[in-house]
Amino acid sequence: MNWTAIRAIYLFEMARFFRTLAQSLISPVLSTSLYFVVFGAAIGSRIQEIEGVSYGAFIVPGLIMLSVITQAISNASFGIYFPKFIGTIYELLSAPVNFLEIVAGYVGAAATKALFIGIIILITAFFFVDVTIAHPLAMVAFLLLTCLSFALLGFIIGIWAGNFEQLQLVPLLVVTPLVFLGGAFYSISMLPPVWQTISYFNPVVYLISGFRWAFFGSADVPIALSLMAIAGFTAACLLVIGWIFKTGWRIRQ
Amino acid sequence: MQPILDIADLRKSYGDGFEALKGVSLRIEPGEIIALLGPNGAGKTTLISTVCGITTATSGTVAVGGHDIIRDFRAARSMIGLVPQEINLEPFERVINTVRFSRGLFGKSPDEAAIEKILRQLSLWDKRNNQIRELSGGMKRRVLIAKALSHEPRLLFLDEPTAGVDVELRKDMWEIVEGLKADGVTIVLTTHYIEEAEAIADRVGVIAKGELLLVEDKADLMARMGQKQLDVQLSAPLEDVPEALAKYDLTLCEGGRTLTYSYDTRADRTGITKLLRDVSEAGLVLRDVVTRQSSLEDIFVGLVHEEEEATS
Repeated sequence: MNWTAIRAIYLFEMARFFRTLAQSLISPVLSTSLYFVVFGAAIGSRIQEIEGVSYGAFIVPGLIMLSVITQAISNASFGIYFPKFIGTIYELLSAPVNFLEIVAGYVGAAATKALFIGIIILITAFFFVDVTIAHPLAMVAFLLLTCLSFALLGFIIGIWAGNFEQLQLVPLLVVTPLVFLGGAFYSISMLPPVWQTISYFNPVVYLISGFRWAFFGSADVPIALSLMAIAGFTAACLLVIGWIFKTGWRIRQ
Repeated sequence: MQPILDIADLRKSYGDGFEALKGVSLRIEPGEIIALLGPNGAGKTTLISTVCGITTATSGTVAVGGHDIIRDFRAARSMIGLVPQEINLEPFERVINTVRFSRGLFGKSPDEAAIEKILRQLSLWDKRNNQIRELSGGMKRRVLIAKALSHEPRLLFLDEPTAGVDVELRKDMWEIVEGLKADGVTIVLTTHYIEEAEAIADRVGVIAKGELLLVEDKADLMARMGQKQLDVQLSAPLEDVPEALAKYDLTLCEGGRTLTYSYDTRADRTGITKLLRDVSEAGLVLRDVVTRQSSLEDIFVGLVHEEEEATS
């Protein structure tokens, strides 16, 4: 392994993040606060409690997931798309690095950024509501796996995208709806039976449910199923990336 | 001595059947500067991209410093620096950071002294903390070179380093190349400026339509292919070439004041002595005699033209 190269890519990508630190942090903090005000205060005053948890606290895991997933995808997809767009990809392709090292650098940096933002949102949440974390280790593990797997997905999107519109397409049309419909702001058990069944086909349900279990000890689906879902998703992304690099799809002529 | 670059029967065809490289073989010894000349679309960039790993060859082998570029890609690529034709740089990044990045990417541990030396050598040290978008086009090109040199390569590819660059900067670039050569770096540059090859190369290769037509020592090439012209300037203008001089195939120019004779410098008899005697016997009075060597450009145009005639 060329650790020096992984480190170089990682630091270079992190530099982009720190260069725009204010924007990187202010926007998630602001939007989270807005969610707390709008959902927590307005809707929360009517719903009161879900499964023994105040509504404001109940949406915290979902809010973190929403931001972490969006950030992991957008950072990773932009990270690898930008060099393709401005042409600096030539350097990656001509460097003594294998694809695993390139992925480690880009995905590692994107996952780190998403993790940062997840933590910031968690801290912000403490200012608005009482949040308890029942299973801290599981919480950290879920958070890390989500950052990683969606950064992998973002990397795939960045390789696939031929222009900036396509770069936005998957997050906008697929990921955001799945997260919103994945129980970020409600419990699946609150839905009519038909919609409950449909919801179980949404992979994000398993992530949010598992993550919420780490906080409050209760979940829509069994925790083992949540773990299997995220592990399966990570494995699928890794397989696709392995194939991309083996064939040089959209990268090497 | 082991060649620094050994290309054997390299072929590249694309999905649409286009053959960019049709079996190119080339050996380059350490320390030389070789210029690859060719018109646009001749395959120069494809050749470089394949050696550097950006494009995958259809068949053939390439070894850099004895390391196969596929099997032993880490060792091979560590020895190569590439300065691409296009100015591809992160606009918002600072100069020194992009150079540090390149060094790390090529697996070299951070070394601020080495980076300072490179930046100073390229007159970029004062600009090290500038964002790249603030630099002029010429400075950006220097940054590309700095990045390519950041990991101390033994073999440097310069793909059209002076395309679209003004004359002054071109001269600067040549000086940089001379300096690198003095440091023992082998340089392969592509260009379609003949004067560039003529000014800095030790050897010249001519590529057209994916084939390497020839590779030769620049001086040999010019001597072998070199036609010389003898201009005989006359005191009084002529209407026509005199009958007595018809066999020399002379052209009359400058309003009949100059007779031009072409000859091969390597021929046993250049015919100059006889020509001058016949000129004198024809009663013409000489004002001056000038000889001119044909440039690489003439040779190049001749070669590519021959090739086109052969294929059509």
